[in-house]
Amino acid sequence: MKARVIVTLKSAVLDPQGKAIEGALRSLGVNGVQSVRQGKVFDVELAGNDQATAEAALKEACEKLLANTVIETYRIEFA
Amino acid sequence: MKPAVILFPGSNRERDAARALKLVAGAKPNIVWHAEHELPAGTDLVVLPGGFSYGDYLRCGAIAARANIMTAVRAHAAKGGLVLGICNGFQILCEAGLLPGVLVRNARLRFVCREVLLRVERADTAYTKAYRKGDLIRIPVAHGEGNYTADDATIAQLEHEGRVAFRYARADGQIDETDGPNGSINGIAGIYSEKFNVLGMMPHPEDYIEPEIGPTDGRGLFESLAGALKAA
Repeated sequence: MKARVIVTLKSAVLDPQGKAIEGALRSLGVNGVQSVRQGKVFDVELAGNDQATAEAALKEACEKLLANTVIETYRIEFA
Repeated sequence: MKPAVILFPGSNRERDAARALKLVAGAKPNIVWHAEHELPAGTDLVVLPGGFSYGDYLRCGAIAARANIMTAVRAHAAKGGLVLGICNGFQILCEAGLLPGVLVRNARLRFVCREVLLRVERADTAYTKAYRKGDLIRIPVAHGEGNYTADDATIAQLEHEGRVAFRYARADGQIDETDGPNGSINGIAGIYSEKFNVLGMMPHPEDYIEPEIGPTDGRGLFESLAGALKAA
């Protein structure tokens, strides 16, 4: 089964890269952009079809490696 | 003194660290590959060198922090053994949970490669006895992710326990975050663990040890280590 893990910076953490992208979009004349925060997306294929098992494995992956929970939060989505 | 310098794929300052240990502290460092499970017998100092382990993939130091050898490094630190992380090594120590907080992208987004002034915050640790408290030392930095951050409670705890090792300072010795190279909170350039046996720092003391090349303000750190490990 396929899942997507989305890792984003906690809202209290400054995101200088997002700020730079935000500025670039403005200078490109893209209207209406109020703010940009950059994150990461991991598309993961898992063995088996049990969503609960898969979710537990992904949670472990996030806690152990994919996210640094000092500054980031994560979200798991199934297709 | 029996140092082990850990080599990860993408480390590139391991030989400079080993050279400084040899020239200043008279040691014969072992270079230890990250896939090993054990440190050489009798290792009393572990150095995690600078570089770009795993190409900075995922987050700086994130993958190296989970390497086999880190279990042994963690055990060494837990027994009170000395662990020094320089630059990428500091990032690895934070990712490994051996030091609190995290190093994020420099505030002005630029890779900064230049000399900085560091204020030595205390001169009573294994790493700083050859300096005096308040000394201003010239040491180079070279990093894109050296902006130290942690939650307010962690910063308050570090400050309360006197665990800031070095701060980026102005020539008058004052700390000005906006003047620093990377935007670190309170000008933090390096921190100690709770027992002061683990030190992580972004600047490269191993760069400034030979008068032929320039300033020698980095020697003090290696002299301190030699003294601490001889006495032990």
